[in-house]
Amino acid sequence: MPASSCLVIVRGRCRLSAMNQLEVKKSKVLEARFVADEDVLKHIADNGGVKVRKDRAQLALNVKKFVKKLENISDDDEAQEILEEQNYVAILGTCAEDSLRNGPNAGGGEIYSFQTPKRHGKMAELASELAQTPGKNVTFDSSQYPEKPASTPQNSKKCAASNKAQLKSKRNEFVSTTPYRLRKRLTAPSMHSDSESDYSASCSEEEEHKETRDVILDQKAPNKTRAAPTSKKAPAKKLKEEMTSNLVEEYFEAHSSSKVLTSDRTLQKLQKRKLDQQTLLVLLNKASPAFIAELKELNQQHESLFSKWMLQLHLGFSIVLYGLGSKRDLLEKFRTSLLQDSVHLVVNGFFPSITVRSILNSITEEVLDHVGTFRSPLDQLDLVVKRFNEDPSLELYLLIHNLDSKMLRGDKSQQILAQLASLPNIHLIASIDHINAPLMWDQAKQSLYNWLWFETTTFSPYLEETSYENSLLVQQSGSLALSSLVHVLHSLTPNARGIFRLLAQYHLENKDNPSYPGLSFQDFYQQCREAFLVNNDLTLRAQLTEFRDHKLIRTKRGTDGVEYLLIPVDNGTLTDFLEKEAEDM
Amino acid sequence: MRQSCRALDWGQGVPLPRDSGARGGSMSTCSVSKGCFVFKPNSKKRRISSTGDYFSEGKNDSEDSGLRFATCQLLWKQINSEMEKIQDELNKQLFDNLINFLRQSHSEFQTESTEWMCRMKSSEIPTAALVLGVNVTDHDLTFKSLSEVLQDSITPYVVSLQAKECPGIKHLLQKLMGQLMNCYVDVDDSEEEECVNISQKKMRCSMASLSQWYKDVTKKSGFETSSKKRTSSSRHWQSPPIVVIFKDMESFTTKVLQDFIVISSQHIHEIPLVLIFGIATSPMIIHRLLPHSVSSLLCIELFQSLSCKEHMATVIDKLLLTTQFPFKLSEKVLQVLINIFLYHDFSVQNFIKGFQLSVVEHFYSQPLSVLCCQLQEAKKRINSLSHNQCENIRSLPSFRRYVESQVSEKQIALLTEDNFLKEVTQTLLEDLNSYHENYFPVLRCLHVFTSSLPKYPLGKQIRELHCACLGKRVWETEEYGSAVQLMRMLAKAELVAILQKCVEIFTSSSGKQFSNTIEKMEEFLTRFQNLEVAETNDIQDVSVSSQNELQKKTDLYHLQKTLLELKESKRSKKLTKFEMLRFEVVDFIESLVRSYLTPAEMQTLNEVVYFNTANTLREHLNAAPRIALHTALNNPYCYLKNQTLKSDVGCISNTAPDICIAYKLHLECGRLINLVDWLEAFSTVVTAVEGKDLDSTATDQMDEIIHARFIRAVSELELLGFIKPSKQKTDHVARLTWGGC
Repeated sequence: MPASSCLVIVRGRCRLSAMNQLEVKKSKVLEARFVADEDVLKHIADNGGVKVRKDRAQLALNVKKFVKKLENISDDDEAQEILEEQNYVAILGTCAEDSLRNGPNAGGGEIYSFQTPKRHGKMAELASELAQTPGKNVTFDSSQYPEKPASTPQNSKKCAASNKAQLKSKRNEFVSTTPYRLRKRLTAPSMHSDSESDYSASCSEEEEHKETRDVILDQKAPNKTRAAPTSKKAPAKKLKEEMTSNLVEEYFEAHSSSKVLTSDRTLQKLQKRKLDQQTLLVLLNKASPAFIAELKELNQQHESLFSKWMLQLHLGFSIVLYGLGSKRDLLEKFRTSLLQDSVHLVVNGFFPSITVRSILNSITEEVLDHVGTFRSPLDQLDLVVKRFNEDPSLELYLLIHNLDSKMLRGDKSQQILAQLASLPNIHLIASIDHINAPLMWDQAKQSLYNWLWFETTTFSPYLEETSYENSLLVQQSGSLALSSLVHVLHSLTPNARGIFRLLAQYHLENKDNPSYPGLSFQDFYQQCREAFLVNNDLTLRAQLTEFRDHKLIRTKRGTDGVEYLLIPVDNGTLTDFLEKEAEDM
Repeated sequence: MRQSCRALDWGQGVPLPRDSGARGGSMSTCSVSKGCFVFKPNSKKRRISSTGDYFSEGKNDSEDSGLRFATCQLLWKQINSEMEKIQDELNKQLFDNLINFLRQSHSEFQTESTEWMCRMKSSEIPTAALVLGVNVTDHDLTFKSLSEVLQDSITPYVVSLQAKECPGIKHLLQKLMGQLMNCYVDVDDSEEEECVNISQKKMRCSMASLSQWYKDVTKKSGFETSSKKRTSSSRHWQSPPIVVIFKDMESFTTKVLQDFIVISSQHIHEIPLVLIFGIATSPMIIHRLLPHSVSSLLCIELFQSLSCKEHMATVIDKLLLTTQFPFKLSEKVLQVLINIFLYHDFSVQNFIKGFQLSVVEHFYSQPLSVLCCQLQEAKKRINSLSHNQCENIRSLPSFRRYVESQVSEKQIALLTEDNFLKEVTQTLLEDLNSYHENYFPVLRCLHVFTSSLPKYPLGKQIRELHCACLGKRVWETEEYGSAVQLMRMLAKAELVAILQKCVEIFTSSSGKQFSNTIEKMEEFLTRFQNLEVAETNDIQDVSVSSQNELQKKTDLYHLQKTLLELKESKRSKKLTKFEMLRFEVVDFIESLVRSYLTPAEMQTLNEVVYFNTANTLREHLNAAPRIALHTALNNPYCYLKNQTLKSDVGCISNTAPDICIAYKLHLECGRLINLVDWLEAFSTVVTAVEGKDLDSTATDQMDEIIHARFIRAVSELELLGFIKPSKQKTDHVARLTWGGC
């Protein structure tokens, strides 16, 4: 683990240094041209294409070598890999010093540059260029990601095979020197037409454009063997014209097939501890915040608008805030500084179980002090509208954080909220974050809302907003699940615990089997009997019912009509649970 | 899976850290258990703050803010009432037609019940299809005034229904009954109110009960009108029709609509029902929504409302092209508003909203807007201006221009003596006022000319011409050149008609300066008249002879030759009297344009009455949230003015906020993104910034923090809608955007 992280750092530096070198040699670097077949033919006419042909022959050879090498790697034992890795690190170490001298700033900017028309050419140039020297790169690759080929030898073989296939279809394969690119390449088992372009320079001019999406790292990779720039003849105009139509084609191509080409690495293999919400917060607090002065200035700009907002709210407009960054604190500040003396309702749109109904309820019950129930939200709305129309002195400020949240973005919810906003004595101020949020509103709703838009980019983290979200990496419910598991099982008899443990163990044994249907009831009963946990199937059924009530297990009927039992908890949690159980025993 | 995890966290109250955090104490708005928080201050503390307070608050430049706010409110009130008047006038025609239709449709029911019965044997419901156009947002207002008008003149029983209120036939009937009962109560403010309200709730909502109710009501009201002699009810007939308005016919579910029509056609003998369909698209939609069997139950008559463009033209004409209101929009602002209208919604209401916003913005941001009122009042206000306000005047760009054009002594006086400045300002405001008085008639006059030209080089609508004149010297533009050239080719009849119209315009305008102009134009007209008499013979001679020649030769070659000769002769020929006169007229018009249609920006003190920050208007009305997000993510330097963030176009510094880096990285990926790869790339970038010389424990710690930061960035991107979790592959997310943006 330390080794790998170290590697990561060093790699980063390598890229940076590459960047710097590149900047120095900018003049020398690469007037890019893509060598597709047609272009090659033209080139032949101009510059004598013998060379190019030779290159291609060479390329074919090289790729063969590459394939061999991969096979070697997969057969090799780890020792050699580690050795290679060390070499690699040593090489990178020297680069790292370079980068230090030039300061950290140069790197990222260059690495993550945006699409520029120039890139078409550069990419292609690089492609043809690299194609001449692929051998060297292979060493890089294997050393960089030793675990990959080793663990999945089939993958690399497949990959190689597909590379070959590509060659046959007259495609120039270029291999990048960058680990990122290569990692992708090596670990990609299936070649998908779109993703292919990530590392194969295809012959047709059209496909050239796909390259633009590619990782720019590759272009900037250190390359000491770069040839002098070839003459630039790229049909830049054409490229532009085709750009738009290709973007569309590109889109459909990418979405036409269900196959996806990405690396197979998973977080589990990375052995990253899954963080729960609490640790996450603690860790984030440790991270030093950046740009405090600038953020403050930004916020002050927004805060100067407060009284203007109030004015406009009073004139019958509603205010919607947009822009990057959490607007929650800003609105809170607005609330505490200006709304203290008036009736107001704060709605956390990001709250996972917020509904229009609950908003209406708070208005009718708490603001209007109405007792009674309603048949539908529409009835409730009618009452609210009636009451507010009758009594002009009644005034309500409605603050909605994240009006575009999942729970509120529905048409009906928006309709009701819009009707609320259209009341002259309800003043609505809301924030939106989702990029497609404005699509929620049609003309009619927009005119009901009577929006005035204010851009309030705050750059502040969406802490509160994302804390509810069952985020991909935050296993907030995971920790809860574990504690709940422990909790429930502690209240059960030892036999019941044993039953669950049996099922859990069986579950874990089969975790690698994708078509694992679950444990059939009969088998389970048999096992339990053998372990002296139950003596008849009725007891087992009773026990299972209890589990099911606590949602610890799920039953499913298989195609053969047999009842299968499943544990709907992820494997990591289950393993932790078993370990904990073992400790307790 | 996720659900189950959530389900597992039952009971045991493991409080999340943020819940225990005492942020704001009792006023906290974060909780894991609820999402709505009501705050009610004590009634003692509750402050009835007036809007005006916020007008002056929070501003460093709050000169005369109270007065400004009052002026603003007054002005807006005037504009609004003017708007309503316009609205009413525009709708009058339509409403009159509708009312006639309603009268006729049920007159039989009124007079001879037997005849009615025969006609209604076919159970046709009289229906008015009201085509209102695509500007749905304006419809509400139209319907509102329509139902008011109907209630005033035809029947108290007007029901308007919206599709969103009626998901099923049951709801529809409920709504219908509810509104009817209320109408009844409104008309007949009597003690029965309570009992009606109660019965309404209990009553089963069906057509039968409706007809029963109608019978009761008509009997009662017939009785009551005679006894009480209420004026309101005597306006209606004894058995007034029930008018049901479907505000947005297209959005109703066909089932509901069909059911309602079929059911009510069964009861048409008992209740005089009339339907009004509000249609946004085309009348064809009725037949698309309703099958023949249903639509044959309707007796449809079509009504067309004024198109929104005409509506808009009237509004602009009455609000902007007049000296009635001191407030004016500059060219760019007007352009923004018109563009929103033309390219986004066709909504006159939204245009007015934009207009309102510009009024408010103008008075809010321009301290000198205190002078933006009627001339007499403004003169009074000038005298009471503070020194600061005088300085404000001095710093106006247009005023500076004016000062520079003066002789040096006067310059000094203007810049130093407040009293002198005030005097001058008074005259300048007068000038500005007279500029407007002259501007509009001349503009209309020019429009009469240009709107009759082929291809409309200066635009068909007067608003286009207005924009052109406001922005720059119109006579220097190419379009104007070509327009003048075309004007020089107008036929006599056209020219005379145009001139007559111009005379009308000038005579109707209040300005007395135009007496000369009118005289001149009338002189032109009489000269044209005389020409006619004098030239008739001449022209006839020539034309007859040439015509004869033409008729003689029929082959192509000769024809061409003669035509060429004719052309030659024409070119060389001296201008006829008519042509001379035409030139004169056009020259005269040109001189008018040059002297009166100078751009508003050239006028001294134009800033007082012209609102010209088009940018704010566009930002608030027609914002681009995606662009803002994209800019913030791609180029944080735009917002955070930190030198380390400065980078080339299209690049991003690695010190940028985490979310920017994560965003930038994800742009390089395809449809699916491997989280591990992403995390690694992210930490590569971030560690490059953080520095390296840490021992292993520190590195571990760093790693953890970076991991946490990555998690945050990813979940933020998810919240923003750039990615979503994908089940296609473990630890993958799907990208939701495409292309570079």
